[in-house]
Formats: sequence, C-alpha cells, structure tokens
Amino acid sequence: MIIASQKPIEEIRETIKPYKKVLIAACGTCVTVCLAGGEKEAKELADLLSLSGDQEFRVVTPKRQCDSEFLEEFDKDVSWADAGLSLACGVGVQYLAERCTGKPIIPGLNTAFMGTNRDAGYWTEMCQGCGNCVLEKTGGVCPVARCSKSHFNGPCGGSSKGKCEVNDSIDCAWQLIYDRLKSLNQMERLFETIPPRDWSTSRDGGPRKIRRPDVAIEEVTE
Amino acid sequence: MSEGKSRLQKLFESGAFVVTGEVGPPMGADAGHVYHAAEALSGIIDAANVTDNQTSILRMSSIAASLLVQQKGLEAVVQMTCRDRNRIAIQSDLLGAWALGLRNLLVLSGDHQSFGNDRHAKNVYDVDSVQLIKMLSDLQRDGVFYNGKKAKGVPEFFIGTTANPFADPEELQLIRLKKKIQAGAKFVQTQSIYDIDKFEEWMEKVRAWGLHQEAYIEAGVLVNKSLRSIEMTQKVPGMDIPDALVERMRNAEDPKEEGIRIVLELIERIKKIEGISGLHIMAVGWEEIVPVVVERAGLSPRPTIE
Ligand code: SF4
Ligand code: SF4
Repeated sequence: MIIASQKPIEEIRETIKPYKKVLIAACGTCVTVCLAGGEKEAKELADLLSLSGDQEFRVVTPKRQCDSEFLEEFDKDVSWADAGLSLACGVGVQYLAERCTGKPIIPGLNTAFMGTNRDAGYWTEMCQGCGNCVLEKTGGVCPVARCSKSHFNGPCGGSSKGKCEVNDSIDCAWQLIYDRLKSLNQMERLFETIPPRDWSTSRDGGPRKIRRPDVAIEEVTE
Repeated sequence: MSEGKSRLQKLFESGAFVVTGEVGPPMGADAGHVYHAAEALSGIIDAANVTDNQTSILRMSSIAASLLVQQKGLEAVVQMTCRDRNRIAIQSDLLGAWALGLRNLLVLSGDHQSFGNDRHAKNVYDVDSVQLIKMLSDLQRDGVFYNGKKAKGVPEFFIGTTANPFADPEELQLIRLKKKIQAGAKFVQTQSIYDIDKFEEWMEKVRAWGLHQEAYIEAGVLVNKSLRSIEMTQKVPGMDIPDALVERMRNAEDPKEEGIRIVLELIERIKKIEGISGLHIMAVGWEEIVPVVVERAGLSPRPTIE
C-alpha cells in the first residue's frame, strides 16, 4: 500500500490560512491503514485546527479519493468550503483538485512510498514501481527500492553485518537477496550479470499510463 | 598498439610490483593544489588515483584534476563512480578523458551521497559498476556503444575496479568481484587493509577462484598519523580495523612513527602473499609521508619502462 505521514501542523496551518471554511477529506484506504489520513486522523486534525480561531472545518471520508465512484458525497460537501485539505496520498489530492475547478485542494500528508507495515508504527519501502519487475531474479527482494544504490549485480563495498552503509537501521538488500537465494538453492542466479536497466518503463520515461483495450468500454484512439 | 598502453598497464604486464597512490582534488578550483600534490609524488609512485568526489564530498572533477596531475609527469588513474552521472554523462566524460590523453580508469560504485556535504542531492545509479565496466569493455572490443551506435574514436582505457575483502556477505562480494573481472576489469585495488590475517584468508579464496590470474590485484593500505585519524578511518563505510591497532596508536609516544610502522609491517606481510601484484598507498591528509613509506618499505626507486 501507499505509505504517507502527516505534514507538520504548523505547515498545514500556514497553507490553509487564507480560507475560512475548509473541508478536510480523509481517505478510507491506504492512509487509513497507515494511520496518517483516515477518518480518525481527519477528525483529530479538525479539532486541533479549530482551537486556534475563526476557521470552520468539516470532515468527509470517501472510501477512496482516487476513484470517482466514491466521491459523490465529497462533491456535495465541497461546495460549502473555500478550500479542501486532502489527507490522501498525492494521487487523491490531485484527483480531488481535478474535480474542483476554482477551488484549491491542499495536501495534508507527505506521500512517502509503496511499502508495508512491519510493526506497530513502523513501515518500510518495498517497491518503486519501476515497471519491469525483476523479483524472480533476486529472491523476492527488490534491488531497486531496497538497495540504497539500486545495484543489480551484488552488494557495494559498504555492506556490513547485514546492514546498509547509509545507516544501521537499513537492512542491506543484497544481504537479504543472498540469504534468500541461498535458502532457495538458487545461488547460480548471483553469478548472472544483469545488464543495464531499461529505465524508460520507470518514471524516467516520463509519466506513465496503462491502457487495456480488452477492458475499455469504448475504443480509444490517440 | 602497445604505444597506446598506459605506463601502469605496461608495468603490471612486466611483472613489476606496482606502487600507486592517490591525489585528492581540492574542494575548489585551485589548480595549484593539484600540481603540488602531483609534484610531491612524481617519480615516487607509478601512478596516482585521482578521486571522484570521494566520500561524496564535492571536489574538482577527477578528469580535470587527472590532466593537471599528468602535466606534472605523474600518470593518473581517473576514477568514475556510478553515483552522480547517468550512462550518457559517464560515457561522454570518459570519451573526453581519453581524448585528453588519460589512459587508466578505475570504476567504482561511489559512497552514498549521505556521507558528504550534499546529502540532499539526487542519487543516480543508472548503471552499477559491473554494468559500467561491461559497457566500457564492450565498447573497447567492438567500437560500438551500448546504445548500438558506432563510436568515432574508441577509448581503450586500462580498466580497474575496487574490492572490499572486509565487506559482507563475503561470498557474494567475491562473486561480485568475479563479475567485475568477467566484465573486463584488468586490475583491482582493495579497500585499506588493517586486518592482515583476514586479508590473507581472503586472498586464499581469490586464488582458489583463480581471480589473481585474470586481473592484477593491488593491496590497499592507509597511513594514519594520529589516534584521531585511525578513529576517523574506522567510521568510513566498509572499514575493518582491529582494536589492537587502534590501541597501538593510542599508546604510542610518537603516533606518527607508530602509524608508519603499522603500515610497514602490513606491507611486509602483503609482499609475501601469492597473487598480489602491487600496493596502493593512501594517506588522506598526510600525503607527504608517502615517499617516506615507499622508501622505508624498500620499494624505491621505481622501475622505468619504455
Ligand atoms: S523490481 Fe520494480 S516492480 Fe519489482 S518490486 Fe522492485 S521496483 Fe517494484
Ligand atoms: S550496503 Fe547494501 S543496500 Fe546499501 S547501498 Fe550497498 S549494496 Fe545497497
């Protein structure tokens, strides 16, 4: 899922300052699970922001901000507001903004990464959406997102006792790949040289899209 | 085309025990600094690595400083990390380096930018060092870039790389070294050695894998001049310094002399190891000691080569 964290309250106060009536839009999916922008966080934020004065707040919680199917209620409520404060990931913020002509939608979160929950209050990055998955070669550990240098052919010289040279709190991806391939009896994979990547499938090729003619309702021409 | 070969390559091929060192470019545009460092080492060592923004600290470019070094009669080894440039920039810079008369190249990953003064910089790693070595040696062999286009004038660098005998996982580090050599690395410089027993064990594996027969292996040593210097070295990623050596520096009456003695003892052991073709001496912030170390280690005068 998408992992995000709330922006500092001072920053939020600053960005919503010009607006009297602010609709805080939580999101019921990823950011609810990672405790950054669900209904609970939105209500707490509304209470906190109301303390300081003359602004009015309302909260709405669509199941997913990135999907028009769930935005009817938001569309109604937003007509009341001068601005929207979205507690969704960057996708949700932009998607709401596209629907609200003439009304600013302000981000309340910093969207961080695609990752997983490891422990209470602890999330780690797992995938960078590179568009050309190599996990079958690396024992299911992503070298793009989890090696600080995105190395494809083994660890750098800074790997020490299982940890990355960047800091001790990061597991070295290549130690994990090594351990896993060893346990899978696939050590021969480590001797293969993986050629330079085609990064055009990643963000480097420009903004990406996927079109599926097989599921499209109308035929599209570009 | 042997006249195209670098002095360093010819020396290795002649079977000489090679001695290289380092010139760290300045944190600024001062050519005088580079000239000074090069003059001090010219004739003392066979060639000098010119570091590429080492430990991610922004400095004058390796290629520009390499040219300055060679103007003072010392052969340079250009360093190229994969940290700061994509494949377009790396290859473009190296075409220029070759055109300027630079012949030796050391390819490395580069320390992560979080170690330097520009922690906020973008991290590139378009290619890793194995991929880059292969890209360059394929270009050398076929005259064709990785992108499929023919090169007008082919750089034929003497390509080397690094290895860290003390990094983990040990077996995987060896596999990676093998891949680098298969990709086309002709010489290898190791991380600074302090734990000589561990290094000897590592060399045993290198020999068992036959890697010393496929590339020239230079053992790296670092001369420390004070307790502080050895303690700072301990913090560098991938360094492994036995506490006993730190203690020796702590208890030494003359830490500078102790630092030299430690290195000389290491060199004596290194010289006896089968499969070592040379020594790479580093002395970060104490460059003037290199001639002393070379002399006292019985490694001067350096051989001449035609
Ligand atoms: S290889 Fe690419 S798609 Fe696969 S996990 Fe890594 S970043 Fe994601
Ligand atoms: S220590 Fe491991 S994870 Fe960190 S950059 Fe090196 S190889 Fe990648």
